[in-house]
Amino acid sequence: MEEKNITNEYTPVVGLEIHVQLKTKSKMFCDSPNNPDETVPNMNICEVCTAQPGTLPVTNKEAVRLGAMLGLALNCKIANISKFDRKSYFYPDLPKGYQISQYDKPIAEHGYLDISVDGVVKRVRIRRAHLEEDAGKNIHPEGLGYSLVDYNRAGCPLIEIVTEPDITSAKEARVFLEELRNIVRYIGAGSADMEKGTMRLEPNISVRKPGQQELPNYKVEVKNINSFKFAEAAIEYEVARHIEILKEGQTPKQVTMGWNEKASQTVEQRSKEDVNDYRYFPDPDLPILNLSDEFISQLQSALPELPAAKRKRFKEEYGLPDEDIQNLVNWKELTEYFEEVVSEIQAWVKAEHTNEDMLKLMKMAANWCLQDFSALLNASKINPNESRITQENFAELLKHIADGKISVTAGKKVFSEMFEHGGEPDHIIEDLGLTQISDTSEIESAIDSVIKSNEKAVLDYKAGQQKSFGFLVGMAMKELKGKGNPQLVNEILKKKLE
Amino acid sequence: MILTSEQVRKIAALARIKLTDDEVEKFRKELSVVLDYVSELEKVNTDGVEEISQVTGLENVLREDTARLSEFRDAIIASFPESKDGFLKIKSIL
Amino acid sequence: MELAYLEISELAEKLRKKEISSVELTKYFLERVKKYGAENGLNAFLTVTEEEALTQAEEADRILSKDPNASFLTGIPYAAKDLFSTKGIRTTASSKILDQFVPVFNATVIEKLNSERSVLLGKTNLDEFAHGSSTETSAYGPSKNPWDTTRIPGGSSGGSAAAVAAGLVPFALATETGGSIRQPASLCGVSGWKPTYGRVSRYGVSAMTSSNDSPGTIARSVKDLAYTAEILAGHDPKDSTTSVKDIPNYAANLRSDLKGVKIGVPKEYFIPGMQPEVEARIHEAIQKLKELGAEIIEVSLPLTKYGSLVYAIVTPAEISSNLARFDGIRYGHRSEDAKELSDIYDKSRDEGFGDEAKRRIMTGTYALSAGYYDAYYLKAQKVRRLLVNEFNDVFEKVDALVCASVPNVAQKIGTAKDNPLFGYIADQLNIPASMAGLPALSVPCGFAKAEDDSSVLMPVGLQIIGPQWGEQNIFNIGHAYQTITDWHKKYPKGFGE
Repeated sequence: MEEKNITNEYTPVVGLEIHVQLKTKSKMFCDSPNNPDETVPNMNICEVCTAQPGTLPVTNKEAVRLGAMLGLALNCKIANISKFDRKSYFYPDLPKGYQISQYDKPIAEHGYLDISVDGVVKRVRIRRAHLEEDAGKNIHPEGLGYSLVDYNRAGCPLIEIVTEPDITSAKEARVFLEELRNIVRYIGAGSADMEKGTMRLEPNISVRKPGQQELPNYKVEVKNINSFKFAEAAIEYEVARHIEILKEGQTPKQVTMGWNEKASQTVEQRSKEDVNDYRYFPDPDLPILNLSDEFISQLQSALPELPAAKRKRFKEEYGLPDEDIQNLVNWKELTEYFEEVVSEIQAWVKAEHTNEDMLKLMKMAANWCLQDFSALLNASKINPNESRITQENFAELLKHIADGKISVTAGKKVFSEMFEHGGEPDHIIEDLGLTQISDTSEIESAIDSVIKSNEKAVLDYKAGQQKSFGFLVGMAMKELKGKGNPQLVNEILKKKLE
Repeated sequence: MILTSEQVRKIAALARIKLTDDEVEKFRKELSVVLDYVSELEKVNTDGVEEISQVTGLENVLREDTARLSEFRDAIIASFPESKDGFLKIKSIL
Repeated sequence: MELAYLEISELAEKLRKKEISSVELTKYFLERVKKYGAENGLNAFLTVTEEEALTQAEEADRILSKDPNASFLTGIPYAAKDLFSTKGIRTTASSKILDQFVPVFNATVIEKLNSERSVLLGKTNLDEFAHGSSTETSAYGPSKNPWDTTRIPGGSSGGSAAAVAAGLVPFALATETGGSIRQPASLCGVSGWKPTYGRVSRYGVSAMTSSNDSPGTIARSVKDLAYTAEILAGHDPKDSTTSVKDIPNYAANLRSDLKGVKIGVPKEYFIPGMQPEVEARIHEAIQKLKELGAEIIEVSLPLTKYGSLVYAIVTPAEISSNLARFDGIRYGHRSEDAKELSDIYDKSRDEGFGDEAKRRIMTGTYALSAGYYDAYYLKAQKVRRLLVNEFNDVFEKVDALVCASVPNVAQKIGTAKDNPLFGYIADQLNIPASMAGLPALSVPCGFAKAEDDSSVLMPVGLQIIGPQWGEQNIFNIGHAYQTITDWHKKYPKGFGE
């Protein structure tokens, strides 16, 4: 899908190389634990992942399954026959002096991902996705003149996803990354967390000159990007830099840049003077993979609902606004929680309410999830399923608010209480005395007493001063200790003043 | 097939072996002999032949995803030429 | 009663009958190892594990006293080529880069012998990282051929072959990549088994050519090899290239005639430059096989001559990758001269590797490098496919092939030095079967005069090649041959008998 409309502007041409750590129990080729959160250096190492003489790799079945799943989720063709190759280079974090990767027969190829940017759907083609093992981590204590190596990560399973250079703006790149992250999380393939390094991005950036049809004859790779924000910023920075150079009639140098977070700019790392020669060849230690069509179609049917389908359904079924949908979908666990709340609501609404009420409740559920609940979860840095509020209680609280049993303000109090200490909303409402007064006779007598003791305000209102009405409502609510059903208070007061 | 000194240096650099000028010349001659020896292979017609990289015919040899901490962890760290607080220590990479 | 040249089954019998204990047997062989195997003798041993051996022997004696059905290998001393990882026991691969290296784990085959309570006496010399056919590339100097200590024992498993030939151990672990068991077994006049690739686990064997490497054994008879094969063969979950096929009772299945067996004699294995006397011994051996009832069929394997060429590309290519881990970073030799990171690599590797290793690393690096991959590595792997096909075709017609193991008898130490092609030529009759992953034996079949000294008689070996997984075929032929010949019972003078 080469760009068809060539514009008269400088157009960014961006391809992404993304490494995603697969969430398995053990490493790619040995049974040392795969734990990205390990803090003790060289805790999860063994003779295989430190390349002791004579050790051999054995492929992790789950890594292959997750790799194929992710390939399918990215609309790739899963190869029946794929194989592992050795990629040779020397670096302290690479124990064997080669990385086991997939060269000419990757597990997945020729896919695409549709993303929606500013309401326009854009297709980004996936060139390939291949399995490989991670390297360890080199650490450089400042000013000490030595480096330290930790092999906990060495040998952990990765999938590398390579897109075609279809991306034409930093924003597209960001949306693509978010969508990819969501997909990885939805299928349970990993945490895809850029801050934690379980998803790593190396964009290849160049810029087309106005009217230029072919791909630019250079590209700049940027490393060291560890958040979506920086991804967007780094691409924007590079594009601007390239345009400037191109405007001067020159071509940007083909180099590797690094994103410098403090300076908010890219910095040249090393010119690739010595061309890498990785000397790929098939790894003789690992028999080929031969995935049957049956296995692949089993995986295909085991794919969960992916973000795009979910967005579509949320719009159709719940009529939620696009932004809310995206915010929900971006947080997989919250989406799951939301859907469970929704099914609780559906269970009891079914018999008694109309369809319209249901939609109102769905929106309410979404709002409560995205606002109060999100805020509380973020403040305590936990996921919805770790909170004390069960989906059932969440739904019940919403029901009480919708029924007018308690006010929204009171609902928020109950919600905080549920979040802090757990418990059922009924008990909390009772304990805190928050039940809303909807007994008309009680409200009427309160209003009567307010009218009696506020004659001036009553007269002002009758003379046309609308704000006096508000004052009288306030007084009535005070009389009712804040528990009066505001709608009823309004209605009754109005009637009494006529 | 005669290699140039330049080629030998490039190969040695890729292989991370430091060679003196004399060694470059020695290996240049010896590697050329080997390459000359294997050049006979050109005579074999391999049109349409698929390469073989493994002779066992095995495929899909996979292990279950179970993890365990290695009993050798401490011994591996102890055999690092230099270490610090459980890390492997090396000359500065930067 | 002298024990040095008894077969495993004979020693096992004595252990069972309590004529001797494993501890006594171990002490007896340890004495011999120290007396004849050390640097000032055959230089067959790089490390002797006296203390560990006696502990293992005591344990074996306890088992033997309790369990009348203990295996034939229980309590039997052996040696292991110093390429096998042995936990807590220095393992050098005959390279300076691993001079003081002590592995943290045992190779799978070592574990298997441990669980049989076989007794490891020490680690034997080899060509550095098994690169060679004479042990002359060892960082610790060459081993010597017990039949004439001025001659090479062959290699790379030269230390193991010399140790068995001189009666220092009843059997030894060895490895083959392209002749490294058959060739030294032949030159030292002992029996050697190179298994089908994938039959015996490579786990814990420092890799040379991963697609070829086959750990096997050298012993005094084919029957002994069959005993060891039953123990060593089998799937290893740590080696993805091992087969799950059943392991026959190789030794029990042995037969003493060859009626109905078809044996092919490939004419291309009688190469120009072959010593006429060696050729004569092979023809005599073939005659014996005929007497045993075998049908002898002349066959043709026209691609034979290309085997060594394929090997000369594939082997260095894999070596260049397999030896990348020896970088001075995590273990082994780290140059004391390293001022910066790049020195750790460049200097450690320069100081640590010998010339042959460097030569192969560089050849392989070249063969895999951009622009040359197709012409060298890919081409070689295509020819390799043709070699495999050619063997498959011939094994449609015959049960095994026989020919010479080596075209010549052992040469003087020093012959191989600085000849970058020595190994490829010395092993040319072994390499094609290696490239195809086939099982093979070398069994002693007489003697021939040394080419440079007609007063010296050196052993000749008969090679028996089987189809893939066809261990039983070759054991049967080798064993039947040894029931009517006594070449395998000959031993060199000068080692205490």
